Amino acid sequence: MKLGRVIGTVVCNQKVDSLMGVKLLLIQPLDENLNDDGMPVVGCDPVQAGLNDVVFYEGGREAALGLTNWFNPSDLTIMGIVDTLHIGEEHR
Amino acid sequence: MILAKVIGQVVSTVKLKVFKGFKLLIVQPLDADEKPKGKSMLVVDTVQAGIGDVVLVIDEGNSARIVIGDALAPIRSVIVGIVDEIQTDRKKEK
Repeated sequence: MKLGRVIGTVVCNQKVDSLMGVKLLLIQPLDENLNDDGMPVVGCDPVQAGLNDVVFYEGGREAALGLTNWFNPSDLTIMGIVDTLHIGEEHR
Repeated sequence: MILAKVIGQVVSTVKLKVFKGFKLLIVQPLDADEKPKGKSMLVVDTVQAGIGDVVLVIDEGNSARIVIGDALAPIRSVIVGIVDEIQTDRKKEK
């Protein structure tokens, strides 16, 4: 899994039927120091994250398993919202 | 499996149900000389590892699901061991 920050919402009227009702968010991947790490990606959101939330997400086969209906085409799904991050002795 | 060092912990309240009761740690993959290599990642901890520990990480879905004991868990990376010692005849680069 990786860390990311929600930077926007993606709305699609036309999409694969099985993705109906699934929220899509624009996510900026982050490194462990919460600095931007790579290009923004679009992911499914079953945990109702909001703008600017720091989240953790999984890609690949496991992304589809994170959705209520796991027989679904998703290659990136948010797994949870981060409350706090402890790096060494630091708390963020 | 890869070697990695635990560098942090993530606390999360709102998460998928399967993550309930599992500790989430941030690990930094290491090379054979125990130097950091590659990008850090979040893993599920099943062996009560702590910050600073060198651990054994499986980064493959089916194995992870076997460890978790849920065939449909959306989990790919798990810690499966805490490394006590690594023996190698490689010369450490300084």
